Amino acid sequence: MEGKSSYGGNMEYLKATELKLGPPGTDILQEATSGVSTRPKKRAVTGPTEQHTKSKVQVVGWPPVRPQRMNSFRARRNETVDESGGVYVKVSMDGAPYLRNIDLKILHGYKELRTILEGMFKCSSLGGAEGYDEEGYAITYEDKDGDLMLVGDVPWEMFVSSCKRLRIMKGSEARGLS
Amino acid sequence: MKVQSAMFYFPEEVIEHIFSFLTHHPDRNTVSTVCKAWYKIERLSRCEVFVGNCYAIRPDRAAARFPGLRSLTLKGKPHFADFDLVPPDWGGLAGPWIEAMARSCPNLEELRMKRMVVSDESLELLVHAFPNFKALVLVSCEGFSTDGLAAVARSCKSLRELDLQENEIEDRGPRWLNSFPDMCTSLVSLNFACLKGEVNLKSLERLVCRSPNLKCLRLNRAVPVETLAKIMNQCPNLEDLGTGSLLADQFSEAYVSLISALQKCKKLRSLSGFWDASPLCLLAVYPICANLTGLNLSYAPTVQGQDFINLIQHCVKLLRLWVLDSVGDKGLAVVASACKELQELRVFPSDLFAAGPATVTEEGLVAISTGCPKLNSLLYFCHSMTNSALITVSKNCPNFTRFRLCILEPRKPDPATNEPLDEGFGAVVKTCKNLRRFSISGLLTDQVFYYIGKYAKALEMLSIAFAGDTDQGMTYVLNGCKNLRKLEIRDCPFGDGALLADVTKYETMRSLWMSSCDISLRGCKALATKMPSLNVEIINEWEAEMEENLNNGVAEVISNNNNKHINNGNDERKVEKLYVYRTVGGPRTDAPDFVWTL
Repeated sequence: MEGKSSYGGNMEYLKATELKLGPPGTDILQEATSGVSTRPKKRAVTGPTEQHTKSKVQVVGWPPVRPQRMNSFRARRNETVDESGGVYVKVSMDGAPYLRNIDLKILHGYKELRTILEGMFKCSSLGGAEGYDEEGYAITYEDKDGDLMLVGDVPWEMFVSSCKRLRIMKGSEARGLS
Repeated sequence: MKVQSAMFYFPEEVIEHIFSFLTHHPDRNTVSTVCKAWYKIERLSRCEVFVGNCYAIRPDRAAARFPGLRSLTLKGKPHFADFDLVPPDWGGLAGPWIEAMARSCPNLEELRMKRMVVSDESLELLVHAFPNFKALVLVSCEGFSTDGLAAVARSCKSLRELDLQENEIEDRGPRWLNSFPDMCTSLVSLNFACLKGEVNLKSLERLVCRSPNLKCLRLNRAVPVETLAKIMNQCPNLEDLGTGSLLADQFSEAYVSLISALQKCKKLRSLSGFWDASPLCLLAVYPICANLTGLNLSYAPTVQGQDFINLIQHCVKLLRLWVLDSVGDKGLAVVASACKELQELRVFPSDLFAAGPATVTEEGLVAISTGCPKLNSLLYFCHSMTNSALITVSKNCPNFTRFRLCILEPRKPDPATNEPLDEGFGAVVKTCKNLRRFSISGLLTDQVFYYIGKYAKALEMLSIAFAGDTDQGMTYVLNGCKNLRKLEIRDCPFGDGALLADVTKYETMRSLWMSSCDISLRGCKALATKMPSLNVEIINEWEAEMEENLNNGVAEVISNNNNKHINNGNDERKVEKLYVYRTVGGPRTDAPDFVWTL
């Protein structure tokens, strides 16, 4: 811990006396030598300090699973198409005891999706009992790349081809997304 | 003194004969240091060499020392390369080794390599340089294609073993299987499960037909049930089988054929594969379950719930089980009640982004430990763990030699008490006196390292991630673990103080890996200066990229002799990745531009 704070102190001093090769105001080289604080995209974000257990935490090389296994999970997700060409995706809702499955191919758009989902989850204990505000939840999905996305941004066809599973988020988590 | 002079008058053949009883490499290494005469006798009669770090010695030197070499085992990249922490083109090239062996060791019969980069050209050289070549085992390697496999198949007159485990192989078509000559009948073990592409099924059937000694056969996903049934009918003596895709229609001839073929295989002890396994195909496997000692279902997410339970309850002699966490605590409870002889369990994560109802928790692990007291090797991925569970597990299973627990969320505390997991992991090291390999996770303070340093005296390999508070943590380990060989650390707050706490320690170890920790260039330079017998390498892809950009996109190769970056004055920079290892080979001559040897 002591080492850390004196490191910080040295950095201020170094920055002030550093010779810059670029014109004043350009920060490129300063970033190049400043070390930890301004690492670009390659440096991983370590550990989730937020409470989002379902949103993707981009930690490189974690969990420690070989790429072959990771890839086989992804490949498997792409194979949820059944013989008749339906696109079945799992739907989870925070707090609901079990998940549901719906076939996106039989739906025609976002409005229908929303109606179906409301019908499916209305009977769960978190549905009507507390008189929750219908706008207090957000429908999100996990796409081909494993990212958590808000439903409704892309054209319907594109959504059907890239959606791997749906998740209905509630309350405070949901507010952050819209 | 008397004994030594008496031994001196023994003929060399007698001493050589005495040495032939020493099969353990460290013992042979030891006798070679006694005197010059013994060194010479030992090196000329040595048949097997194990090189745990391919950069610890120059290939020429190793090859020249052991001209009679028959079997060589080589390991290349550091373990964390498995998780993409080592950039591509880092090294671990097999070429120089194969070339050196080709020059000096004509009797080479077996080559085993792990995490090395092998080219097709090297494979060509391999099969032409060694007339007696019999066995090639490649684990987690890359850099070659099915053309290289064709070369191996084509030219090895008496190939016994071709074992490909989890390699990245470029698919250049299925023709490689045709390359086994018609007169090749010597195959005992063939494993191509990691191959992603199609294989020529007819060639496969013909190859199996003419291999009466085949004991181990592991197919890839492209092999359908029809072919599997035909193959099984040809080799009733098979002991180890990796199925292809197990998707079959219950009324198909293939399925019926598979059932009868499997029943004939009385010697079958180990099963793996199970891709796309339909519940019906699993039914076919039930009759042979009672004799199974090894079962790998870790690539079979379709085998879960009741299907898994129905299968596993028959496997009463099972010693080794690999599964996905989708079997759930319920599945593990059945394992605990059925598989009383279980020694090794690995539970892999099946869905990395959701803690759904069917994953495993501490309950599953406790159940296993209660039902399977002979358990000595564990790899367990879960979403949470408690101290009390770990304490119970270690009481039930004091024989752990390998214990790896991975809690998927970094720094997660015990959910029951909100405390760190120091006590739980501490209990494991206190009770398991033979623990050789340990991986820890979850919320951990310096205290867990105090326990490890104090109790884990047999520990050889330790993996740490997102753990510890201060330099003291790492120092406890360096000071206490007398037998430590490999230490790998990521995302821990250990700095130069820890790195330099006991520099001579690293000479007693194979290697140290530290990434995303708190060490600086100054600390690494200090280590390099104090310990010339170590290679202190830092990997800085980011700075190498910066250099490229600065030169307006003209890529400039920065050789290790160019100290522009290392000595530009800013030693306080944090080092992203550090790899330290003992070596007699000096600095690497093949290091890429992002690897700097200090």
